[in-house]
Amino acid sequence: MRTLAEGAQAVLKLQARFKDAVTEAGSFRDQHWAVIDAKRWLEVAGWLRDDESTDYNVLVDITAVHWPHRDPPVEIVAHLYSHSRNDGLRLKARVGDAGPIASLTPLWKSADWNERETFDMFGVVFTGHPDLRRILMPDDYTDHPLRKELPLYRG
Amino acid sequence: MNGTCPREAVIEIATERPDTLTINMGPSHPATHGVLRVVLELDGETVVSCRPDLGFLHRGMEKIAENRTYLQFIPYTDRMDYLSPLAANVGFALAVEGLLGIEVPARCQVLRVICCELARIGSHLVWLGTSALDLGAATMFFHTFKDREWHYDLIEDLTGARLTTSYTRVGGVAHDATPEWLKRVRAFVDAMPGRIDDYEALLTKNTIWLKRTQGIGRLSAADALSFGVTGPVLRASGVSYDVRKAKPYSGYQNYDFEVPVGTEGDVYDRYLVRIEEMRQSVSILDQALKTIPGGPVNVDDPKIFLPEKPKVLRSMEELIHQFMIVTEGFACPAGEIYVATEVPKGELGFYLVSEGGKSPYRCRIRSSAFNNLSSLKHQVEGELVADVVACIGSIDPVMGEVDR
Repeated sequence: MRTLAEGAQAVLKLQARFKDAVTEAGSFRDQHWAVIDAKRWLEVAGWLRDDESTDYNVLVDITAVHWPHRDPPVEIVAHLYSHSRNDGLRLKARVGDAGPIASLTPLWKSADWNERETFDMFGVVFTGHPDLRRILMPDDYTDHPLRKELPLYRG
Repeated sequence: MNGTCPREAVIEIATERPDTLTINMGPSHPATHGVLRVVLELDGETVVSCRPDLGFLHRGMEKIAENRTYLQFIPYTDRMDYLSPLAANVGFALAVEGLLGIEVPARCQVLRVICCELARIGSHLVWLGTSALDLGAATMFFHTFKDREWHYDLIEDLTGARLTTSYTRVGGVAHDATPEWLKRVRAFVDAMPGRIDDYEALLTKNTIWLKRTQGIGRLSAADALSFGVTGPVLRASGVSYDVRKAKPYSGYQNYDFEVPVGTEGDVYDRYLVRIEEMRQSVSILDQALKTIPGGPVNVDDPKIFLPEKPKVLRSMEELIHQFMIVTEGFACPAGEIYVATEVPKGELGFYLVSEGGKSPYRCRIRSSAFNNLSSLKHQVEGELVADVVACIGSIDPVMGEVDR
Protein backbone atom coordinates (compact mmCIF):
# COMPACT_ATOMS: atom_id res chain seq x y z
CA MET A 1 0.00 0.00 0.00
CA ARG A 2 2.87 2.35 0.67
CA THR A 3 4.41 1.90 -2.74
CA LEU A 4 3.22 3.61 -5.87
CA ALA A 5 1.39 1.60 -8.47
CA GLU A 6 1.43 2.08 -12.22
CA GLY A 7 -0.56 5.03 -13.51
CA ALA A 8 0.56 7.39 -10.78
CA GLN A 9 2.26 9.80 -13.17
CA ALA A 10 0.81 12.83 -11.42
CA VAL A 11 2.33 11.75 -8.10
CA LEU A 12 5.69 11.15 -9.78
CA LYS A 13 5.56 14.61 -11.32
CA LEU A 14 4.63 16.07 -7.96
CA GLN A 15 7.56 14.29 -6.31
CA ALA A 16 9.92 15.55 -9.00
CA ARG A 17 8.71 19.13 -8.65
CA PHE A 18 8.42 19.29 -4.85
CA LYS A 19 11.05 16.84 -3.66
CA ASP A 20 11.12 18.08 -0.08
CA ALA A 21 7.39 18.76 0.30
CA VAL A 22 6.09 15.27 -0.56
CA THR A 23 6.77 13.20 2.52
CA GLU A 24 4.95 10.01 1.56
CA ALA A 25 3.05 8.56 -1.38
CA GLY A 26 1.22 5.35 -2.16
CA SER A 27 -1.51 3.56 -4.06
CA PHE A 28 -4.40 1.31 -3.20
CA ARG A 29 -6.81 -0.21 -5.74
CA ASP A 30 -5.45 2.02 -8.53
CA GLN A 31 -6.01 5.21 -6.56
CA HIS A 32 -2.98 7.29 -5.68
CA TRP A 33 -2.25 9.55 -2.76
CA ALA A 34 0.51 11.85 -1.62
CA VAL A 35 1.19 13.39 1.77
CA ILE A 36 2.25 17.01 1.57
CA ASP A 37 4.10 19.10 4.13
CA ALA A 38 1.23 21.07 5.70
CA LYS A 39 3.20 24.33 5.43
CA ARG A 40 3.27 24.03 1.64
CA TRP A 41 -0.34 22.84 1.20
CA LEU A 42 -1.59 25.88 -0.71
CA GLU A 43 1.53 26.16 -2.87
CA VAL A 44 1.44 22.48 -3.92
CA ALA A 45 -2.33 22.52 -4.56
CA GLY A 46 -1.94 25.67 -6.64
CA TRP A 47 0.75 24.04 -8.76
CA LEU A 48 -1.36 20.92 -9.25
CA ARG A 49 -4.22 23.10 -10.45
CA ASP A 50 -2.24 25.37 -12.74
CA ASP A 51 0.45 23.16 -14.24
CA GLU A 52 -0.57 21.89 -17.66
CA SER A 53 0.78 18.41 -17.08
CA THR A 54 -1.38 17.87 -13.98
CA ASP A 55 -4.34 20.20 -14.60
CA TYR A 56 -6.42 19.28 -11.56
CA ASN A 57 -9.15 21.81 -12.22
CA VAL A 58 -11.71 20.56 -9.68
CA LEU A 59 -11.51 20.23 -5.92
CA VAL A 60 -13.98 17.40 -5.43
CA ASP A 61 -13.89 17.27 -1.67
CA ILE A 62 -12.02 18.29 1.46
CA THR A 63 -12.35 16.37 4.67
CA ALA A 64 -10.24 15.01 7.51
CA VAL A 65 -9.54 11.79 9.40
CA HIS A 66 -8.77 11.82 13.11
CA TRP A 67 -6.03 9.44 14.28
CA PRO A 68 -5.78 10.12 18.02
CA HIS A 69 -2.82 7.76 18.53
CA ARG A 70 -0.72 9.37 15.80
CA ASP A 71 1.36 12.48 15.95
CA PRO A 72 0.23 14.79 14.44
CA PRO A 73 -3.30 13.47 14.93
CA VAL A 74 -5.39 14.99 12.14
CA GLU A 75 -5.02 14.13 8.49
CA ILE A 76 -6.57 16.59 6.03
CA VAL A 77 -7.69 14.81 2.86
CA ALA A 78 -8.46 16.60 -0.40
CA HIS A 79 -9.69 14.86 -3.53
CA LEU A 80 -8.69 16.53 -6.78
CA TYR A 81 -9.95 15.71 -10.23
CA SER A 82 -8.73 16.67 -13.68
CA HIS A 83 -11.38 16.87 -16.38
CA SER A 84 -8.87 17.02 -19.22
CA ARG A 85 -6.99 13.90 -18.07
CA ASN A 86 -9.92 12.10 -16.37
CA ASP A 87 -7.71 11.44 -13.39
CA GLY A 88 -8.13 11.83 -9.65
CA LEU A 89 -5.59 12.42 -6.91
CA ARG A 90 -5.84 12.26 -3.14
CA LEU A 91 -3.78 14.88 -1.38
CA LYS A 92 -3.14 14.69 2.35
CA ALA A 93 -1.51 16.78 5.01
CA ARG A 94 -0.99 16.04 8.69
CA VAL A 95 -1.72 18.74 11.23
CA GLY A 96 -2.32 19.19 14.95
CA ASP A 97 -5.74 19.05 16.65
CA ALA A 98 -6.69 22.58 15.67
CA GLY A 99 -4.58 22.75 12.52
CA PRO A 100 -3.74 25.25 11.32
CA ILE A 101 -3.57 24.67 7.61
CA ALA A 102 -3.92 27.08 4.70
CA SER A 103 -7.37 27.36 3.20
CA LEU A 104 -7.76 26.37 -0.45
CA THR A 105 -10.49 28.99 -0.97
CA PRO A 106 -8.13 31.21 -3.05
CA LEU A 107 -7.93 28.33 -5.55
CA TRP A 108 -11.40 26.74 -5.54
CA LYS A 109 -14.77 28.01 -4.30
CA SER A 110 -15.77 24.47 -3.32
CA ALA A 111 -13.21 24.73 -0.51
CA ASP A 112 -15.50 27.22 1.25
CA TRP A 113 -18.28 24.95 2.48
CA ASN A 114 -16.16 21.79 2.66
CA GLU A 115 -13.57 23.48 4.87
CA ARG A 116 -16.33 24.87 7.05
CA GLU A 117 -17.65 21.35 7.47
CA THR A 118 -14.17 20.04 8.30
CA PHE A 119 -13.78 22.81 10.89
CA ASP A 120 -17.22 21.99 12.28
CA MET A 121 -16.57 18.26 12.52
CA PHE A 122 -12.88 18.20 13.51
CA GLY A 123 -12.03 21.66 14.86
CA VAL A 124 -9.28 22.24 12.30
CA VAL A 125 -8.69 25.92 11.58
CA PHE A 126 -8.15 26.88 7.94
CA THR A 127 -6.15 30.08 7.80
CA GLY A 128 -7.28 32.52 5.15
CA HIS A 129 -10.81 31.14 4.99
CA PRO A 130 -13.17 34.10 4.53
CA ASP A 131 -16.04 32.80 6.69
CA LEU A 132 -14.95 29.95 8.96
CA ARG A 133 -18.14 29.15 10.88
CA ARG A 134 -19.91 25.94 11.76
CA ILE A 135 -22.10 24.75 8.93
CA LEU A 136 -24.04 21.65 10.04
CA MET A 137 -23.95 21.77 13.85
CA PRO A 138 -25.63 24.62 15.78
CA ASP A 139 -23.50 27.72 16.36
CA ASP A 140 -23.49 27.25 20.13
CA TYR A 141 -22.32 23.62 19.95
CA THR A 142 -18.95 23.16 21.63
CA ASP A 143 -17.63 19.78 20.43
CA HIS A 144 -16.37 18.52 17.12
CA PRO A 145 -18.42 15.37 16.48
CA LEU A 146 -16.17 13.37 14.14
CA ARG A 147 -13.21 13.42 16.52
CA LYS A 148 -12.69 9.93 17.85
CA GLU A 149 -12.86 10.82 21.56
CA LEU A 150 -16.46 11.90 21.16
CA PRO A 151 -18.70 8.89 21.83
CA LEU A 152 -21.65 8.01 19.62
CA TYR A 153 -24.00 8.14 22.60
CA ARG A 154 -23.71 10.43 25.58
CA GLY A 155 -26.12 9.18 28.11
CA MET B 1 -40.57 32.21 20.93
CA ASN B 2 -37.75 30.79 23.00
CA GLY B 3 -34.11 31.84 23.30
CA THR B 4 -32.98 29.76 20.35
CA CYS B 5 -35.14 31.70 17.93
CA PRO B 6 -33.06 32.43 14.83
CA ARG B 7 -33.86 36.13 15.00
CA GLU B 8 -30.37 36.97 16.28
CA ALA B 9 -28.85 35.53 13.14
CA VAL B 10 -31.22 37.54 10.99
CA ILE B 11 -30.32 40.78 12.67
CA GLU B 12 -26.64 39.91 12.58
CA ILE B 13 -26.32 40.17 8.81
CA ALA B 14 -28.65 43.13 8.38
CA THR B 15 -26.24 45.63 9.84
CA GLU B 16 -24.25 46.69 6.81
CA ARG B 17 -26.83 48.91 5.14
CA PRO B 18 -29.65 50.73 6.90
CA ASP B 19 -31.83 50.86 3.77
CA THR B 20 -32.12 47.11 3.18
CA LEU B 21 -34.72 44.64 4.35
CA THR B 22 -33.70 41.25 5.68
CA ILE B 23 -36.12 38.40 5.23
CA ASN B 24 -35.99 34.85 6.45
CA MET B 25 -36.94 32.05 4.07
CA GLY B 26 -37.32 28.62 5.59
CA PRO B 27 -36.44 26.22 7.13
CA SER B 28 -40.15 25.45 6.75
CA HIS B 29 -40.91 26.93 3.39
CA PRO B 30 -42.59 25.03 0.55
CA ALA B 31 -40.15 26.30 -2.07
CA THR B 32 -36.95 25.37 -0.23
CA HIS B 33 -37.65 21.68 -0.91
CA GLY B 34 -36.94 20.56 2.61
CA VAL B 35 -35.42 22.19 5.64
CA LEU B 36 -33.17 24.71 3.98
CA ARG B 37 -33.10 28.17 5.51
CA VAL B 38 -31.98 31.14 3.44
CA VAL B 39 -31.53 34.60 4.90
CA LEU B 40 -31.96 37.21 2.20
CA GLU B 41 -31.04 40.87 2.39
CA LEU B 42 -33.12 42.88 -0.08
CA ASP B 43 -32.82 46.28 -1.63
CA GLY B 44 -36.31 46.73 -3.01
CA GLU B 45 -36.82 43.46 -4.90
CA THR B 46 -33.12 42.87 -5.58
CA VAL B 47 -31.19 40.37 -3.49
CA VAL B 48 -28.15 42.10 -2.01
CA SER B 49 -26.86 39.14 -0.03
CA CYS B 50 -27.93 35.56 0.45
CA ARG B 51 -26.89 33.42 3.35
CA PRO B 52 -27.91 29.75 3.28
CA ASP B 53 -28.19 28.07 6.67
CA LEU B 54 -27.89 24.28 6.73
CA GLY B 55 -27.84 21.47 9.22
CA PHE B 56 -31.50 21.16 10.17
CA LEU B 57 -31.50 17.57 8.94
CA HIS B 58 -28.00 16.65 10.14
CA ARG B 59 -28.07 13.19 11.65
CA GLY B 60 -24.36 12.53 11.87
CA MET B 61 -24.34 9.75 9.30
CA GLU B 62 -20.57 9.75 8.95
CA LYS B 63 -20.18 9.23 12.70
CA ILE B 64 -22.86 6.53 12.67
CA ALA B 65 -21.04 4.70 9.86
CA GLU B 66 -17.91 4.44 12.01
CA ASN B 67 -19.96 2.57 14.58
CA ARG B 68 -21.82 0.17 12.29
CA THR B 69 -20.78 -2.79 10.19
CA TYR B 70 -20.68 -2.21 6.46
CA LEU B 71 -23.98 -4.01 5.92
CA GLN B 72 -25.68 -2.13 8.73
CA PHE B 73 -24.96 1.18 7.06
CA ILE B 74 -26.94 0.41 3.89
CA PRO B 75 -30.33 1.43 5.42
CA TYR B 76 -28.81 4.80 6.31
CA THR B 77 -28.01 5.44 2.65
CA ASP B 78 -31.77 5.30 1.94
CA ARG B 79 -32.19 8.35 4.09
CA MET B 80 -29.65 10.54 2.35
CA ASP B 81 -31.24 11.42 -0.96
CA TYR B 82 -34.71 10.21 -0.08
CA LEU B 83 -35.97 10.87 -3.61
CA SER B 84 -33.58 8.32 -5.09
CA PRO B 85 -32.56 5.92 -2.33
CA LEU B 86 -31.71 3.13 -4.77
CA ALA B 87 -28.92 5.20 -6.32
CA ALA B 88 -27.27 5.77 -2.94
CA ASN B 89 -27.69 2.07 -2.06
CA VAL B 90 -25.72 1.19 -5.19
CA GLY B 91 -23.09 3.87 -4.50
CA PHE B 92 -22.32 2.59 -1.04
CA ALA B 93 -22.29 -1.07 -2.09
CA LEU B 94 -19.83 -0.23 -4.88
CA ALA B 95 -17.55 1.60 -2.42
CA VAL B 96 -17.36 -1.38 -0.06
CA GLU B 97 -16.91 -3.76 -2.98
CA GLY B 98 -14.09 -1.52 -4.19
CA LEU B 99 -12.44 -1.82 -0.79
CA LEU B 100 -12.85 -5.60 -0.87
CA GLY B 101 -11.73 -5.78 -4.50
CA ILE B 102 -14.71 -7.82 -5.67
CA GLU B 103 -17.05 -7.43 -8.60
CA VAL B 104 -20.68 -8.51 -8.70
CA PRO B 105 -22.05 -10.92 -11.36
CA ALA B 106 -23.36 -9.63 -14.69
CA ARG B 107 -27.06 -9.99 -13.85
CA CYS B 108 -26.59 -7.98 -10.67
CA GLN B 109 -24.79 -5.23 -12.56
CA VAL B 110 -27.70 -4.89 -14.99
CA LEU B 111 -30.21 -4.94 -12.13
CA ARG B 112 -28.27 -2.15 -10.44
CA VAL B 113 -28.29 -0.11 -13.65
CA ILE B 114 -32.06 -0.57 -13.83
CA CYS B 115 -32.33 0.60 -10.21
CA CYS B 116 -30.11 3.64 -10.78
CA GLU B 117 -32.00 4.75 -13.89
CA LEU B 118 -35.42 4.20 -12.29
CA ALA B 119 -34.17 6.31 -9.39
CA ARG B 120 -33.02 9.03 -11.80
CA ILE B 121 -36.39 9.17 -13.54
CA GLY B 122 -38.21 9.22 -10.20
CA SER B 123 -36.02 11.99 -8.82
CA HIS B 124 -36.32 14.10 -11.97
CA LEU B 125 -40.11 13.67 -11.92
CA VAL B 126 -40.24 15.12 -8.41
CA TRP B 127 -37.91 17.95 -9.43
CA LEU B 128 -40.00 18.74 -12.51
CA GLY B 129 -43.30 18.74 -10.64
CA THR B 130 -42.14 20.75 -7.65
CA SER B 131 -39.93 23.28 -9.42
CA ALA B 132 -42.73 24.01 -11.90
CA LEU B 133 -45.17 24.30 -9.00
CA ASP B 134 -42.85 26.83 -7.33
CA LEU B 135 -43.14 28.99 -10.43
CA GLY B 136 -46.91 28.68 -10.55
CA ALA B 137 -47.29 25.85 -13.08
CA ALA B 138 -49.45 23.71 -10.81
CA THR B 139 -50.63 21.34 -13.55
CA MET B 140 -47.17 19.83 -14.00
CA PHE B 141 -47.17 18.63 -10.44
CA PHE B 142 -50.21 16.40 -10.97
CA HIS B 143 -48.85 14.93 -14.20
CA THR B 144 -45.42 14.09 -12.84
CA PHE B 145 -46.66 12.80 -9.50
CA LYS B 146 -49.07 10.48 -11.25
CA ASP B 147 -46.18 8.91 -13.14
CA ARG B 148 -44.03 8.96 -10.07
CA GLU B 149 -46.63 6.81 -8.30
CA TRP B 150 -46.26 4.31 -11.14
CA HIS B 151 -42.49 4.40 -10.65
CA TYR B 152 -42.94 3.97 -6.88
CA ASP B 153 -45.19 0.95 -7.45
CA LEU B 154 -42.36 -0.63 -9.43
CA ILE B 155 -39.84 0.10 -6.70
CA GLU B 156 -42.17 -1.20 -4.03
CA ASP B 157 -42.71 -4.42 -5.96
CA LEU B 158 -38.98 -4.94 -6.31
CA THR B 159 -37.75 -3.96 -2.85
CA GLY B 160 -40.79 -4.11 -0.59
CA ALA B 161 -40.67 -0.41 0.22
CA ARG B 162 -41.30 2.85 -1.57
CA LEU B 163 -38.61 4.86 0.14
CA THR B 164 -36.58 2.72 2.54
CA THR B 165 -35.46 0.37 -0.20
CA SER B 166 -32.14 -0.95 1.21
CA TYR B 167 -32.01 -3.09 -1.91
CA THR B 168 -28.30 -3.60 -2.41
CA ARG B 169 -26.02 -5.79 -0.37
CA VAL B 170 -22.25 -5.80 -0.42
CA GLY B 171 -21.61 -8.24 -3.25
CA GLY B 172 -25.07 -8.23 -4.76
CA VAL B 173 -28.67 -7.28 -4.23
CA ALA B 174 -31.18 -8.38 -1.61
CA HIS B 175 -33.04 -10.67 -4.04
CA ASP B 176 -33.45 -11.23 -7.73
CA ALA B 177 -36.09 -9.48 -9.83
CA THR B 178 -38.89 -11.65 -11.16
CA PRO B 179 -39.69 -11.89 -14.90
CA GLU B 180 -43.10 -10.37 -14.15
CA TRP B 181 -41.45 -7.34 -12.59
CA LEU B 182 -39.20 -6.88 -15.60
CA LYS B 183 -42.33 -6.97 -17.80
CA ARG B 184 -43.88 -4.22 -15.69
CA VAL B 185 -40.73 -2.11 -16.04
CA ARG B 186 -40.98 -2.71 -19.80
CA ALA B 187 -44.51 -1.24 -19.77
CA PHE B 188 -43.22 1.81 -17.88
CA VAL B 189 -40.30 2.22 -20.29
CA ASP B 190 -42.61 1.99 -23.29
CA ALA B 191 -44.98 4.62 -21.89
CA MET B 192 -42.46 7.16 -20.62
CA PRO B 193 -41.29 8.76 -23.91
CA GLY B 194 -44.90 9.77 -24.62
CA ARG B 195 -45.29 11.09 -21.10
CA ILE B 196 -42.10 13.17 -21.39
CA ASP B 197 -43.49 14.60 -24.65
CA ASP B 198 -46.59 15.62 -22.68
CA TYR B 199 -44.51 17.40 -20.04
CA GLU B 200 -42.58 19.22 -22.72
CA ALA B 201 -45.79 20.25 -24.47
CA LEU B 202 -46.76 22.04 -21.27
CA LEU B 203 -43.48 23.83 -20.59
CA THR B 204 -40.72 23.85 -23.21
CA LYS B 205 -42.27 26.57 -25.38
CA ASN B 206 -44.54 28.06 -22.74
CA THR B 207 -43.98 31.84 -22.73
CA ILE B 208 -44.48 32.22 -18.98
CA TRP B 209 -42.07 29.36 -18.28
CA LEU B 210 -39.46 30.85 -20.64
CA LYS B 211 -39.74 34.26 -18.97
CA ARG B 212 -39.33 32.78 -15.52
CA THR B 213 -36.38 30.54 -16.39
CA GLN B 214 -34.31 31.92 -19.27
CA GLY B 215 -31.29 33.96 -18.17
CA ILE B 216 -32.07 33.26 -14.50
CA GLY B 217 -29.45 31.91 -12.11
CA ARG B 218 -26.67 31.88 -14.70
CA LEU B 219 -23.62 29.86 -13.74
CA SER B 220 -20.61 29.93 -16.05
CA ALA B 221 -18.68 26.71 -16.68
CA ALA B 222 -15.65 28.08 -14.82
CA ASP B 223 -17.73 29.04 -11.77
CA ALA B 224 -19.59 25.74 -11.78
CA LEU B 225 -16.30 23.80 -11.79
CA SER B 226 -14.86 26.01 -9.08
CA PHE B 227 -17.89 25.44 -6.85
CA GLY B 228 -17.53 21.67 -7.31
CA VAL B 229 -20.95 21.57 -8.92
CA THR B 230 -21.77 18.24 -10.60
CA GLY B 231 -24.68 16.54 -12.29
CA PRO B 232 -27.31 18.28 -14.41
CA VAL B 233 -26.44 21.73 -13.01
CA LEU B 234 -22.84 21.40 -14.21
CA ARG B 235 -23.88 19.96 -17.56
CA ALA B 236 -26.34 22.82 -18.11
CA SER B 237 -23.31 25.13 -17.87
CA GLY B 238 -21.76 23.32 -20.82
CA VAL B 239 -19.38 20.88 -19.12
CA SER B 240 -19.86 17.36 -20.37
CA TYR B 241 -18.97 15.47 -17.20
CA ASP B 242 -20.86 12.39 -16.13
CA VAL B 243 -19.36 9.77 -13.81
CA ARG B 244 -21.13 7.08 -15.84
CA LYS B 245 -18.93 8.07 -18.80
CA ALA B 246 -15.79 9.27 -16.99
CA LYS B 247 -15.40 6.30 -14.63
CA PRO B 248 -17.99 3.73 -15.70
CA TYR B 249 -19.29 1.38 -13.01
CA SER B 250 -21.82 -1.46 -13.07
CA GLY B 251 -21.13 -1.90 -16.79
CA TYR B 252 -22.31 1.57 -17.89
CA GLN B 253 -19.70 1.41 -20.67
CA ASN B 254 -21.89 -1.23 -22.37
CA TYR B 255 -24.84 1.13 -22.87
CA ASP B 256 -25.29 3.55 -25.69
CA PHE B 257 -26.42 6.88 -24.26
CA GLU B 258 -25.75 10.58 -24.67
CA VAL B 259 -24.75 13.10 -22.01
CA PRO B 260 -26.90 16.18 -22.67
CA VAL B 261 -25.21 19.54 -22.11
CA GLY B 262 -26.54 23.09 -22.10
CA THR B 263 -24.92 26.33 -23.19
CA GLU B 264 -26.29 29.13 -20.99
CA GLY B 265 -26.10 27.57 -17.54
CA ASP B 266 -29.43 29.11 -16.58
CA VAL B 267 -32.54 27.61 -15.02
CA TYR B 268 -34.02 26.86 -18.44
CA ASP B 269 -30.96 24.89 -19.56
CA ARG B 270 -31.08 22.84 -16.37
CA TYR B 271 -34.68 22.07 -17.23
CA LEU B 272 -33.75 20.97 -20.76
CA VAL B 273 -30.82 18.88 -19.53
CA ARG B 274 -32.93 17.01 -16.98
CA ILE B 275 -35.72 16.39 -19.48
CA GLU B 276 -33.20 14.91 -21.92
CA GLU B 277 -31.62 12.89 -19.10
CA MET B 278 -34.99 11.26 -18.48
CA ARG B 279 -35.15 10.27 -22.14
CA GLN B 280 -31.61 8.87 -21.95
CA SER B 281 -32.50 6.96 -18.78
CA VAL B 282 -35.47 5.45 -20.58
CA SER B 283 -33.12 4.40 -23.39
CA ILE B 284 -30.68 2.83 -20.91
CA LEU B 285 -33.56 0.97 -19.23
CA ASP B 286 -34.69 -0.25 -22.63
CA GLN B 287 -31.21 -1.59 -23.42
CA ALA B 288 -30.87 -3.12 -19.95
CA LEU B 289 -34.19 -4.95 -20.25
CA LYS B 290 -33.15 -6.30 -23.64
CA THR B 291 -29.74 -7.49 -22.51
CA ILE B 292 -30.28 -8.63 -18.92
CA PRO B 293 -28.49 -11.99 -18.62
CA GLY B 294 -29.46 -14.91 -16.42
CA GLY B 295 -27.33 -16.33 -13.66
CA PRO B 296 -26.68 -15.45 -10.04
CA VAL B 297 -27.19 -11.96 -8.61
CA ASN B 298 -24.71 -12.31 -5.77
CA VAL B 299 -21.02 -13.01 -5.39
CA ASP B 300 -20.25 -16.55 -4.39
CA ASP B 301 -18.39 -15.68 -1.22
CA PRO B 302 -20.01 -16.99 1.97
CA LYS B 303 -17.77 -14.77 4.10
CA ILE B 304 -19.41 -11.66 2.67
CA PHE B 305 -22.80 -12.57 1.34
CA LEU B 306 -25.81 -13.67 3.34
CA PRO B 307 -27.15 -17.18 2.59
CA GLU B 308 -30.51 -17.55 0.91
CA LYS B 309 -33.43 -17.09 3.26
CA PRO B 310 -35.17 -20.47 2.60
CA LYS B 311 -31.92 -22.25 3.46
CA VAL B 312 -31.52 -20.20 6.63
CA LEU B 313 -34.92 -21.39 7.77
CA ARG B 314 -34.12 -25.06 7.18
CA SER B 315 -30.44 -25.61 7.86
CA MET B 316 -28.45 -25.07 11.05
CA GLU B 317 -25.18 -24.19 9.28
CA GLU B 318 -26.86 -21.55 7.16
CA LEU B 319 -28.60 -20.11 10.21
CA ILE B 320 -25.31 -19.77 12.08
CA HIS B 321 -23.73 -18.31 8.99
CA GLN B 322 -26.48 -15.70 8.64
CA PHE B 323 -26.24 -14.94 12.36
CA MET B 324 -22.49 -14.35 12.13
CA ILE B 325 -22.67 -11.98 9.17
CA VAL B 326 -25.56 -10.00 10.64
CA THR B 327 -24.17 -9.68 14.16
CA GLU B 328 -20.42 -9.69 13.54
CA GLY B 329 -20.16 -8.38 10.00
CA PHE B 330 -17.15 -8.99 7.82
CA ALA B 331 -13.77 -7.29 7.71
CA CYS B 332 -12.46 -5.23 4.82
CA PRO B 333 -8.74 -5.04 4.08
CA ALA B 334 -6.86 -2.01 5.38
CA GLY B 335 -6.80 0.74 2.82
CA GLU B 336 -8.78 3.65 1.56
CA ILE B 337 -10.91 4.24 -1.47
CA TYR B 338 -13.01 6.97 -3.03
CA VAL B 339 -15.83 5.66 -5.18
CA ALA B 340 -18.09 8.06 -7.06
CA THR B 341 -21.39 7.32 -8.75
CA GLU B 342 -23.65 9.53 -10.82
CA VAL B 343 -26.80 9.92 -8.74
CA PRO B 344 -29.66 12.10 -10.03
CA LYS B 345 -28.21 15.19 -8.33
CA GLY B 346 -24.61 14.71 -9.44
CA GLU B 347 -21.51 13.00 -8.14
CA LEU B 348 -22.08 11.11 -4.90
CA GLY B 349 -18.78 9.88 -3.50
CA PHE B 350 -17.98 7.58 -0.62
CA TYR B 351 -14.48 7.89 0.81
CA LEU B 352 -13.93 4.86 3.00
CA VAL B 353 -10.90 4.43 5.23
CA SER B 354 -10.49 0.92 6.59
CA GLU B 355 -8.06 -0.25 9.20
CA GLY B 356 -8.98 -3.86 8.49
CA GLY B 357 -11.92 -3.90 10.88
CA LYS B 358 -15.60 -4.66 10.48
CA SER B 359 -16.64 -1.01 10.40
CA PRO B 360 -15.12 1.76 8.35
CA TYR B 361 -12.58 3.77 10.35
CA ARG B 362 -13.88 6.80 8.50
CA CYS B 363 -16.75 7.10 6.05
CA ARG B 364 -16.85 10.42 4.27
CA ILE B 365 -19.91 11.09 2.17
CA ARG B 366 -19.16 13.55 -0.63
CA SER B 367 -22.61 14.90 -1.25
CA SER B 368 -23.59 16.13 -4.69
CA ALA B 369 -26.42 18.31 -3.40
CA PHE B 370 -24.18 19.96 -0.76
CA ASN B 371 -21.67 21.17 -3.34
CA ASN B 372 -24.37 22.16 -5.84
CA LEU B 373 -26.17 24.19 -3.19
CA SER B 374 -22.99 26.08 -2.34
CA SER B 375 -23.38 27.89 -5.67
CA LEU B 376 -26.80 29.31 -4.65
CA LYS B 377 -25.35 32.52 -3.16
CA HIS B 378 -23.46 33.19 -6.39
CA GLN B 379 -26.59 32.58 -8.46
CA VAL B 380 -29.06 34.79 -6.62
CA GLU B 381 -27.08 37.82 -5.49
CA GLY B 382 -28.04 40.72 -7.73
CA GLU B 383 -31.14 38.92 -9.01
CA LEU B 384 -34.77 39.49 -8.10
CA VAL B 385 -36.17 37.90 -4.97
CA ALA B 386 -38.86 36.10 -6.98
CA ASP B 387 -36.11 34.24 -8.85
CA VAL B 388 -34.64 32.74 -5.69
CA VAL B 389 -37.24 29.96 -5.75
CA ALA B 390 -36.46 29.30 -9.42
CA CYS B 391 -32.76 28.95 -8.60
CA ILE B 392 -33.33 26.68 -5.60
CA GLY B 393 -35.70 24.53 -7.62
CA SER B 394 -33.26 24.24 -10.51
CA ILE B 395 -30.39 23.21 -8.21
CA ASP B 396 -32.73 20.46 -6.94
CA PRO B 397 -31.21 20.10 -3.47
CA VAL B 398 -32.35 17.30 -1.21
CA MET B 399 -31.60 18.28 2.34
CA GLY B 400 -31.27 14.67 3.48
CA GLU B 401 -28.14 14.46 1.36
CA VAL B 402 -26.94 18.02 1.99
CA ASP B 403 -27.04 17.68 5.77
CA ARG B 404 -26.44 13.91 6.02
